[in-house]
Amino acid sequence: MLKIRIIPCLDVDAGRVVKGINFLSLRDAGDPVEQAKAYSDEGADEITFLDITATHQKRKPMIDVISKTAEKCFVPLTVGGGVKNIIGIKEFLLAGADKVSINSAAIKNPSLINESSKKFGNQCIVVAIDAKKKSKNWNVFINGGRVDTGIDAVSWAKNIEKRGAGEILLTSMDKDGTKSGFDLELTSKISSAVNIPVIASGGVGCLKDFFDGVKLGGASAVLAASVFHFKELTIKQVKKYLKSKNINVRIDNLGKYYEK
Amino acid sequence: MKNVLIIDYGTGNLKSVHNAVKKVSEKQDCRIFVSSSIEDLKKSTHIILPGVGAFESCLNGLIKTKARSYLEEMVLEKKKPFLGICVGMQMLATKGFENGEFDGLDWISGEVKKINNQNNNLKIPHMGWNTLKFLKETAFTKSLLKKMKVTNLHDLSAYFVHSYNFKNKNTNEKVITTCYGEEITAMISKENIIGTQFHPEKSHYFGLAFLKTFLEQR
Repeated sequence: MLKIRIIPCLDVDAGRVVKGINFLSLRDAGDPVEQAKAYSDEGADEITFLDITATHQKRKPMIDVISKTAEKCFVPLTVGGGVKNIIGIKEFLLAGADKVSINSAAIKNPSLINESSKKFGNQCIVVAIDAKKKSKNWNVFINGGRVDTGIDAVSWAKNIEKRGAGEILLTSMDKDGTKSGFDLELTSKISSAVNIPVIASGGVGCLKDFFDGVKLGGASAVLAASVFHFKELTIKQVKKYLKSKNINVRIDNLGKYYEK
Repeated sequence: MKNVLIIDYGTGNLKSVHNAVKKVSEKQDCRIFVSSSIEDLKKSTHIILPGVGAFESCLNGLIKTKARSYLEEMVLEKKKPFLGICVGMQMLATKGFENGEFDGLDWISGEVKKINNQNNNLKIPHMGWNTLKFLKETAFTKSLLKKMKVTNLHDLSAYFVHSYNFKNKNTNEKVITTCYGEEITAMISKENIIGTQFHPEKSHYFGLAFLKTFLEQR
């Protein structure tokens, strides 16, 4: 059976892991390469890097981080942040990313989704949605949560799928960093609206939140940052818990084989 | 001395495959080439055909390298150990049905068809870690399992990401399957040819052990 993926996310700023609350007030949380390696050894099913304050000058450390991580982690690596065009996607892929996540650029130029998924394969293109509740619906925000596009998140998700993206990384801006659980209503709306995998992100604070994201939100994968960075929970703990709740997760004990 | 050739035909996650092969051959006398040159192909002892993207574009990419006949000589006549990964395995089929109908390399009889989404109840692509079912024991799987020191096969899983399934004709060439709405061919094997639908380079310890076993093939 296909397993639910547990994905630690590293928000990277100029080559360091940082973590904010509601997309603001960043705290330093360590070296990304070391952390990614530790996570994959501990059983992370994938690793995600988001360059959260991507500007041109900061691109260089990000490329280094990707390529060093790719040499040490043998699980899929998704990279995102500041990707503007096909060339930017290719840069990340050449450095060793397996998937590239695009956000603002996809809103500004939706045909980038079509072109890139055709060129690199659907599985390679993740479209990230940063959504914030507006009365009854959710609006899509871009530029790291700074600009409200006025676009409805559910209809954008359907559009993304139609254009050929392989996956949606859905972050609730209302929940991000609050540790009060995923926005389950949002997650479940998006996840049932599309037929591609949805990664739930933003808000995990405790074990039950992971379970709810899968069971009530219908997510194919759950992503978390601070609970893992600050060692409040370990990936092993999360997987053990989910397994006890009859959620299919990958638990193997093959680690000894390569630990030398 | 091993010469591992990762065929570069303008697509695929070559870097990931390269990193993983490098990791498992660390302490060995082993050179890794990422290339499609006929010269590198001729001196290779192990050949890996990665594959990411659509069936037709991968196949066209391979044909454009003009290395096909040399590749067939090395694999089909000289019987060099060969590993096709994901679309690199699918290309070995007789026909592929991704965005049309296309002839494959026809090294292994079968057709590559879209995974049935079970009336929209299954998310496509089939993406993530899935449990492996070993259908039979081969010298390869024996050596692989010994390497991992596992006795319980139920907990092994590998990383998949694909929308098409290799429905191979001869069931005795199917070694591992997984389940996603339907039976998915996960590993095929015919003489010196191995194909995997999963990505060993992304399947962590299991995948590394798999690649290590491949490098031991002669």
